[in-house]
Amino acid sequence: MKPTFKEQLMRYLAGNFSCQDVANLVTDYLEGALSPKQRIRFQMHLGLCFACRNFLKQMKYTVVTLNQLPTDPVPPLIKAELLRRFKSWKAE
Amino acid sequence: MSSLPFQPLPDDAGVIKGLQEGDEHIFEMVVDRYSGSLLRLALAYVPSRAVAEEVVQETWLGVFEGIGRFEGRSSFQTWLFRILSNRAKTRGVRESRYESIGLGTSDDPEEGPSLESSLFITEGSGVGHWKVPPEHWEADTPERVLLSKECREHIEAAIASLPLTQRQVITLRDLEGVSSDDICNILQISETNQRVLLHRARTKVRAILDRYVKHELK
Repeated sequence: MKPTFKEQLMRYLAGNFSCQDVANLVTDYLEGALSPKQRIRFQMHLGLCFACRNFLKQMKYTVVTLNQLPTDPVPPLIKAELLRRFKSWKAE
Repeated sequence: MSSLPFQPLPDDAGVIKGLQEGDEHIFEMVVDRYSGSLLRLALAYVPSRAVAEEVVQETWLGVFEGIGRFEGRSSFQTWLFRILSNRAKTRGVRESRYESIGLGTSDDPEEGPSLESSLFITEGSGVGHWKVPPEHWEADTPERVLLSKECREHIEAAIASLPLTQRQVITLRDLEGVSSDDICNILQISETNQRVLLHRARTKVRAILDRYVKHELK
């Protein structure tokens, strides 16, 4: 099937960006570190490529998951010792 | 221990003033808020939990020593993580954990080509395309994934297996939400190097999650 004008335009704007390029730049994209030209190419490639859209979603999901990873609470004995040291520091 | 649950920590100015004036309640809240974060950051520098706990204790002593002179030119969190980073590096050197990568502050991104290169076609007309296209992960939310103790353990093990500087960067950026600028300041690395390390670390954790979401959560 002949590509539509929109598809042709997107392919032109996507330049020579391969899936591998997109995968390698995904963190730069998420961190807002791509140049305007790279960003347009990146986004145009995404518009054309279902697999890379999935990869981007997976990376975002990974970041959100890591962000919610809980920390261990401070053990009561260690906390009590820290408070004791704080009090003695304060008294000095 | 008198602190109430869900009581929010004051802003940086309130924390700094409280600590400088010896406010025990503020100190207790600061300990509750940051001890877990300090421990997991310390684990990115030193070889054992026992040593990491000592580094955290030393960090708190560093807070006592330095808070009187702290002028708030960085955020309190950045200042705190910087103290830990300095103390942990000293301990890491003593524990001989930095032999292969200098002090963990090198601009060397530690490894060769991109980690993802094995996922792509390298010959013929499809060069640069996915060998196996990434699938849509089902509608499992991160909350559901993290409810699984097994999955949490897989993620933690993946982080623990990372080279040290990757581990430090991903801990600060994704687990603690520290800004890129502050990470460069804490770890004394360039912004580009920080992003390379972050990318490598994230792609490894993504691969673990991919396996888990596909095979375990279905």
